Amino acid sequence: MSGLGSFFLRRREAGIFVMIVIVALIVGAIEPRFLTLETARIVALAIPLILIAAMGQMMVLVARHVDLSIGSTMAFSSIVAGMMFRDLPEVPILIGVFVAIALGAALGTLNGLLVVLFRLPSIIVTLGTLSLYRGLVFLVSDARQVDPQFIPRSLISMSQTSPIFDIPWIVIIAFAVAFATYLFLGHTRVGRQIYALGSNPVAAPLRGIKVVPITLLVFTLSGALAGLAGVLYASRFGYVNPGITGVGFEFTVIAAVVVGGVSINGGVGTVLGTVLGVLLLGMVSVALPILGVSAFWQDVFNGAVIVAALLIDRAVRDRSVRALAQARSSA
Amino acid sequence: MKRRTLIAAALAASTVMAAGAAVAQDGIEIVYIPKNTGNPYFDSIVAGFEDGCAELGCTFSTTAPATPEATSQIPFITAQIQRRVDVIAISPNSPDALNQVLDRARDRGILVLAVNGDLVGNEEHRDAGILPVDFTKTGPNQVELLGSMIDYEGEIAILSATTDAPDQNTWIAAMNDVLENDPKYENMELVATVYGDDEPQKSTTEAEALLQTYPNLRGIISPTTVGVAAAAQVIQSAGVADEVELTGLGTPNQMRPFIKDGTVEAFQLWSPYNQGWLAAHFAVGVRNGDIEIAPGNTFEVPNLGTVTIEDKNVINTQAELTTFTAENIDDFDF
Repeated sequence: MSGLGSFFLRRREAGIFVMIVIVALIVGAIEPRFLTLETARIVALAIPLILIAAMGQMMVLVARHVDLSIGSTMAFSSIVAGMMFRDLPEVPILIGVFVAIALGAALGTLNGLLVVLFRLPSIIVTLGTLSLYRGLVFLVSDARQVDPQFIPRSLISMSQTSPIFDIPWIVIIAFAVAFATYLFLGHTRVGRQIYALGSNPVAAPLRGIKVVPITLLVFTLSGALAGLAGVLYASRFGYVNPGITGVGFEFTVIAAVVVGGVSINGGVGTVLGTVLGVLLLGMVSVALPILGVSAFWQDVFNGAVIVAALLIDRAVRDRSVRALAQARSSA
Repeated sequence: MKRRTLIAAALAASTVMAAGAAVAQDGIEIVYIPKNTGNPYFDSIVAGFEDGCAELGCTFSTTAPATPEATSQIPFITAQIQRRVDVIAISPNSPDALNQVLDRARDRGILVLAVNGDLVGNEEHRDAGILPVDFTKTGPNQVELLGSMIDYEGEIAILSATTDAPDQNTWIAAMNDVLENDPKYENMELVATVYGDDEPQKSTTEAEALLQTYPNLRGIISPTTVGVAAAAQVIQSAGVADEVELTGLGTPNQMRPFIKDGTVEAFQLWSPYNQGWLAAHFAVGVRNGDIEIAPGNTFEVPNLGTVTIEDKNVINTQAELTTFTAENIDDFDF
């Protein structure tokens, strides 16, 4: 049981890691061009928004809730930031970024308040605010898109230029968010309390965990990160459309998080697993067009990869549970 | 999903309708249902309708689903039938999913016009189709424009919208036809037709995959506004504007930065505004009994001149596509 390999294989992330390697090898065997730095760059640019929102979603899921509203939250932050850049061109970009994050946080807090004040299931609350926030997007923007000429050049170049190793800024920001989430969850008391709350919401208050503030916190963080993703959306795609931005985003993000081994029953999930889940789905979304898979089959393959990843994850987990039981009985 | 769509669209529609309802008091009531809300392209058609109705004294409103799905327009059509409007103008999201509900509208005496896109193969389910341009020329025009940029030689690819988008499929079929049969294009090889689903991320990934899979690619045609903008962004990011030429159908506002910085040399479109303007005049003319819908009949539209009703009751707003370049793009704002 010693050695780096066995240490790694005993971790929950092993299943998803195996899946990534398998997919890369299969795709690389069929189309060698897939295993190049250029592909790595395409994948890297396909995932930042998903990765950032996934960090928020993961914390919400660990706390045994779910946030379905992130696509609309992202769109709201994105369109307001975009309108600011258009109507107040002298405002610095950083202010736009701050406004986007703050608006996302506010919408997230509203989700959290509805959940704790009315004791409503978060899946219903955020299903409602998914519509509500999208409606707000159309209202504030008068259903008009913010055209490319109004998005600041320097914001767009964050998705194109790099400070180091040719890695674009937007990718570095996404991984910085992931690292910060890792530090927060693993190395702060509040972070650990999120896990405790999700593993057993009934016992949590008895153990001195403040349920209401923690619940509000995870929804606020999820909203804030969706807001950050919103302003980066403007950077990545160069315009903001009220009807297209973030539609279906919640499904992509939740799929990636769950594939990464985060349990929808709360209490379980790691940053590393989530990053790998996002990476796997991003890789598949790039691999399918490079393989020339027809548009009709792409959805089928995408879904199949999600199901396969979940099955492998389940198999790995069952094995580690058995190993744990064996270790206990022999002790 | 559906619920969300409805609520969002209803919210959006209510603001638009509140604005539209102020136009006129009595007479003919026209409603226009675009593919989806928030699409700047359709805003121009709406503007044409509004100006037309302001001049003619008809009542105009517009309403649309949030997403351009095949069936998402059905509840909106049903609602307008219940409101007993006189004319439903629609830019259909599907060539066949709307047949039944449009038949129901026509049974109630409502004039049904397909605007901007036709019910290809199901023309009997609408009274007339008002198209932006002679669609049989769209595909060939695009191939010719790209050909002229790459000296009629090399590998090219098409980045389209969804696999079942009726207009795009008509144009792509025509592109394939001229590429195969016109000797002028014999040195141009279509290596791939891919679909970005009119979604920015998917269109971007597909465009990036094209550049990587076909290192010798000389040109991309993207006959959809989301696709051409995404491809332009990809070409700009990758810094390959000199190697890969891009053209397609885009709106001037969406493409302006790429024309200005040289990423894109030229792209094409027509005047969506004129379509709305023409449709309003046509609808009022038919309702007043001044225009009889039959192939070969003609009518006059201010600023557009004499317009002919063609085979299958198709009306083309203009004959050829308008080409936008650095010289003329600043004359347009839509």
